[in-house]
Amino acid sequence: MTDTLRTSLFAVFVALLILGTGFLDNWNLALVILNYGLISAIMALGVNLQWGLAGLFNVGVMGFVALGGLASVLITMPPVTEAWAAGGGRVLLGLAIGAAAIAVLVTVYKRMAKGRTRNLVMIVLSIASFFAFRTVFDGGVSAIESVNPSLSGYLGGLNFGGDAGRDWWWMPIIAWPVGGLLAAGAAWAIGKVALGLRSDYLAIATLGIAEIIVAVLKNENWMSRGVLNVTGLPRPVPYETDLQVDPAFVTAANDLGIDATTASTLAVKLLYAGLFSVFLIVLLLLAQRALHSPWGRMMRAIRDNEVAAEAMGKDVTRRHLQIFIIGSAICGLAGAMMTTLDGQMTPAAYQPLRFTFLVWVMVIVGGSGNNIGSVLGGMLIWWLWVAVGEYGPDLMIWATSALHAESALKASLIDSAPQMRFLVMGTVLLLILRFSPRGILPEK
Amino acid sequence: MEFLNGLVFLTNFVIVPALAYGAQLAIGALGVTLVYAILRFSNFAHGDTMAFGTAVTIKVTAVLVAMGITLGPLPTALLAMPVGILATGLLVLGTDWLIYKFYRQQKAKPVILVIVSLGVMFVMNGLTRVFIGVRDIQFADGARFLMTVRQFKDWTGLDEGLAIKTTQAITLVTAAITVAALFWFLNKTRTGKSMRAFSDNEDLALLSGIDPDRVVRVTWLIVAALATIAGVLYGLDKSFKAFTYFQLLLPIFAAAIVGGIGNPVGAIAGGFLIAFAEVTVTYPLKKVLTYWLPDGMGPDGLVQLLSGDYKFAVSFMILLIVLLFKPTGLFKGQNI
Repeated sequence: MTDTLRTSLFAVFVALLILGTGFLDNWNLALVILNYGLISAIMALGVNLQWGLAGLFNVGVMGFVALGGLASVLITMPPVTEAWAAGGGRVLLGLAIGAAAIAVLVTVYKRMAKGRTRNLVMIVLSIASFFAFRTVFDGGVSAIESVNPSLSGYLGGLNFGGDAGRDWWWMPIIAWPVGGLLAAGAAWAIGKVALGLRSDYLAIATLGIAEIIVAVLKNENWMSRGVLNVTGLPRPVPYETDLQVDPAFVTAANDLGIDATTASTLAVKLLYAGLFSVFLIVLLLLAQRALHSPWGRMMRAIRDNEVAAEAMGKDVTRRHLQIFIIGSAICGLAGAMMTTLDGQMTPAAYQPLRFTFLVWVMVIVGGSGNNIGSVLGGMLIWWLWVAVGEYGPDLMIWATSALHAESALKASLIDSAPQMRFLVMGTVLLLILRFSPRGILPEK
Repeated sequence: MEFLNGLVFLTNFVIVPALAYGAQLAIGALGVTLVYAILRFSNFAHGDTMAFGTAVTIKVTAVLVAMGITLGPLPTALLAMPVGILATGLLVLGTDWLIYKFYRQQKAKPVILVIVSLGVMFVMNGLTRVFIGVRDIQFADGARFLMTVRQFKDWTGLDEGLAIKTTQAITLVTAAITVAALFWFLNKTRTGKSMRAFSDNEDLALLSGIDPDRVVRVTWLIVAALATIAGVLYGLDKSFKAFTYFQLLLPIFAAAIVGGIGNPVGAIAGGFLIAFAEVTVTYPLKKVLTYWLPDGMGPDGLVQLLSGDYKFAVSFMILLIVLLFKPTGLFKGQNI
């Protein structure tokens, strides 16, 4: 079977799964799967760059996705002027003090001679700057959080387009690349520190950083309201309610023989799917070009034999940092898209199993090192994830129908059906690793 | 008196909880470190192995309690724990036979084994969730306190009280027994010595006639026991929730790496270091300082250095500092 045939068959299969969901169940669900599938595909593309191309074991995907989500809030929400007046400056000053302290500490570490004096200076400086930071920063935070805490209590975003930001409907599309930039900045800092480590240490380090990023999002209410969530994010597509009162749309829907309410929900989702597809296709083209460029060959050479590549004069650490930043930025972009699609920022929803390890399953099942493979793997695994959650309980009711109606086993099996997802994902991953370790579409 | 009151307060809210938590982390980290020393990969499924062992123990405890069998003042879970260990042992042996063995024979790279362990993590997580659900479960029964605040106050006449929960005392005692037994096994028995030889130099061990399959089997059984004990102790002390156990992976790995991964003494030291750092940094120390500093110099704020939700950040910062400045850990790694 040629590579092209294999790729086309896989693509057709994934398309059939989604279309089949539409024909056999309902189109709304099919489009929801498609939209999140497109976003998952972008995440998988980012992880594939890191793992497939460079062999970097990053299990902190969740953190970058969450940073993207934060960017969505910071860009698309209207600013809360009272909060800015109450403590905005003070919080920024606090953050500046923190950043300056870190810069000073790094300089001291680099400039002073090694020894007890340096250790002492560093300890005194870090304690002093920590208290200075907390004194300035905490005051600002409590001022901001006391501004109308039930509705805002945070600084808001940068969207000055009146009426809850709805006038500037294009802001979310700007927020997506900004999410990528934010994630890239974090990746730079993390990569500087952690990329020299052994592969499994890098894994633990990224896992920890992701947890910390989410902990920050949950707790720093002044920034994005923490677990109080930010809801009603502006969106780049029309609202269903607006479409339903638009006479032209209603006529068009009636001509197609669909009632206006259904048509509006489908239309909105189709618009999103179009937007996401544009981003995915552009990124996929770029990734393909990168893969087949001299740069891509160099990356794979580094992945396959670091020592040899280093001997050939390649700066391994620098190249690793580069691709770590690019891959993380793509994950951040996808995270910003997802928050816009959700219409809300809910930090408690960021779970490593769903946002880190599931993406890994996508990449490995699709084929690590193969961009198209990981994109299709992303769509496939996302479909499976939703399908097991959606149809699993029905399947379980059917499978246990032979059992006595009041048996405790039956009840507990049906109750536990939604938990089957993890079992299914783990089994799929293990089966692929065992019988087709290079994935469905192996690297060429 | 002032000083003593401060000390008692500190003991009650920081030292005792941190000791118990440290012991739990230490036993968890011992499991991680053993897998690393013998099987040579970082086992991401360890948290979920702990969760599985605890889940089985909880189910057996429920059956025992329903049958009217309890341990009096001690939690019944201690009686159920051997069953949990056995079930977990069977599970990990089955996992090894079905999954890890293949990659070992292929001499796969460690990072592949780590990814395989991610798959195992998913499956075990799913198994536990299907088996016991996702709710928060309290399963400690028996006496709640070994010593209550009132008893302590009456006994010493101090203003501050000191309470010791039964679960905390049990954690420390069980941990001490477990660690002593493990070290005795590794250093004194023939099997333990063969494990150490295998960890030290695999080829040399094979040449001298050590059966690698046996070493691996024994290792997994010990790891299952350690994971179940750590999980049950943590669950008794706090509560059981499948997701929390997954999150414990981070402090456990931090403990193992900080101590020098592969080194059991390091795992124990790392566990206590991480636990003390987490509890101290996230507990408001205002009262202690008020007692200890001269009158009028006590702090106004809570002196809570970081909010409790950042406890992961603490273990992580320690991990980063150690990795940056002493990458082999505090004790030299891979040396059981």
